[in-house]
Amino acid sequence: MTITPPAPGAPVAYHDPVRQALVRRTARRNALVGMASLVGFTVVVVLLVTRTTGWPIVQETFFNGQQFVESFPGLLDAFMLNVTIFLIAEPLILVFSLVIALVRTLRAPIFLPLRVIATIYVDVFRGVPTILVIFLLGFGVPALQLQGVPSDPVFWGTAALVLSYSAYVAEVFRAGIGSVHPSQRMAARSLGLSVGQTNRYVVLPQAIRNVVPPLLNDFISLQKDTALVAVLGPIEVLRQAQIDASSTFNYTPYVAAALIFIALTIPMTRFADWVQARMARRQRAGGVA
Amino acid sequence: MSSLLDVTGVWKSFEEQPVLRGIDLRVDAHQAVVLIGASGSGKSTLLRCINGLEAVDAGRIVLDGEVEVSDPRVDLDQVRRRVGIVFQSYNLFPHMTVLDNITLAPRKVSRVPADQARQEALVLLERFGLEAKAGDYPDRLSGGQAQRVAIVRALAMQPELMLFDEITSALDPLLVGEVLEAVRELTSGGLTIVMATHEMAFARDVADRVCFLRDGIVWEEGPPEAVFNEPQRPETREFLARVLT
Ligand SMILES: Nc1ncnc2c1ncn2[C@@H]1O[C@H](COP(=O)(O)OP(=O)(O)OP(=O)(O)O)[C@@H](O)[C@H]1O
Ligand SMILES: [Mg+2]
Repeated sequence: MTITPPAPGAPVAYHDPVRQALVRRTARRNALVGMASLVGFTVVVVLLVTRTTGWPIVQETFFNGQQFVESFPGLLDAFMLNVTIFLIAEPLILVFSLVIALVRTLRAPIFLPLRVIATIYVDVFRGVPTILVIFLLGFGVPALQLQGVPSDPVFWGTAALVLSYSAYVAEVFRAGIGSVHPSQRMAARSLGLSVGQTNRYVVLPQAIRNVVPPLLNDFISLQKDTALVAVLGPIEVLRQAQIDASSTFNYTPYVAAALIFIALTIPMTRFADWVQARMARRQRAGGVA
Repeated sequence: MSSLLDVTGVWKSFEEQPVLRGIDLRVDAHQAVVLIGASGSGKSTLLRCINGLEAVDAGRIVLDGEVEVSDPRVDLDQVRRRVGIVFQSYNLFPHMTVLDNITLAPRKVSRVPADQARQEALVLLERFGLEAKAGDYPDRLSGGQAQRVAIVRALAMQPELMLFDEITSALDPLLVGEVLEAVRELTSGGLTIVMATHEMAFARDVADRVCFLRDGIVWEEGPPEAVFNEPQRPETREFLARVLT
């Protein structure tokens, strides 16, 4: 069977069918080879691991089916507290850090005190380990027994996460603002837009777009770090796993807790990858813009 | 009667490197003045000073006999509403459509209602043959189209004075014509224009006056016929000989 290609210059898209079949066949073969290799590798690893002498005890301690089933519902319940902490902390972090980043770009002399405060804040909270901030706020502030100040550990744990993460995210935003070419600012100012209007309509929309991938990374990190609040005692997922594990001397609840975190972070990570790939594509298509 | 733009004795240096050294320039209303001169002679610097994007070190820049741009206390946003500038590198806002690029400043700075700003923008776009591009993002435009949109964006603020800084230098030679055509349209419409350019043929064609910049001052100036055909000073002759061959 022969197919005659359209005449050169014809207003149609034309793909050589022979070449296309070849491309499809190669793709299928590559997929098959990859799959076979993966399955083979997995079988070998499983065989090797399960045949080691220590395997039965490892399995009993970490992968105990019955333990898993017993602790899982309770862990899932406790995990709701992690989700709540995350959902409260994340928007606060976004707003707070954006304000900090903007303050650090202000150049007018009257804003010097604000700028100094913002700079010190970022320096301090980026330098101190998050868990230390949680200890300080979570145990320290309630110990003051101040009137009208909450003593709820979840409150202070969340506050500590917000303070710690905002310092990081502010730097991400600042980098984003720096990534917008100065000529954009100049063009906006030359049209008569004020500094504030220039930031709001021209610089920030581009800056935020540029930092979406690193922001998503920090989200993922925050999801995990909600477990740090466990040190203050509230029953979130890690604390619950600890309780379950210590009552049975079995570590399966920890593995279960880990799986719950993974179940949430993997979709987030894939989403971040997707966003990043999409933006890279757009940037290539957009050229210098 | 005073002129629309009065630049007198303006000095400007960058890190003690003098660029403008007491330059004088007068532009009357409805005139098109073209700045020529070697690369680094300060054409862009002068234009940016006129728009208040750079602060001068000494001298005065007065707009319409009333607003002193060079006064450190002046409200520059006020000045920039009256003086438009278009750059070599278009500088369109990549995250906005062509229409939004054009209407942003009228809406936010001049407080023109969105509907009206849109209507006026469309009229301008049509005048420059760009009406089909209103909804497009800047990355979909050719260089020539992008530069014409940048001109429309500046025009939308209805400036009394328009500054063009080598607006064709970044363009493919094939696209230069359409942008120059747009400028010609503006000069024949009577807009006051100061433009820096390397397009000598175009300068000769549209300019009311040509100023040759050298050593931070206007070295020689006059009507295009005079400057191009009978330059008075040897440095002008030398420069023209270099760029016209
Ligand atoms: N922001 C700046 N900081 C430091 N030096 C600058 C700055 N802007 C301009 N200059 C210097 O001032 C001099 C004049 O520059 P300008 O851009 O005004 O020249 P020009 O006549 O526009 O040149 P061209 O034809 O290449 O555009 C150059 O030596 C340049 O390096
Ligand atoms: Mg220049």
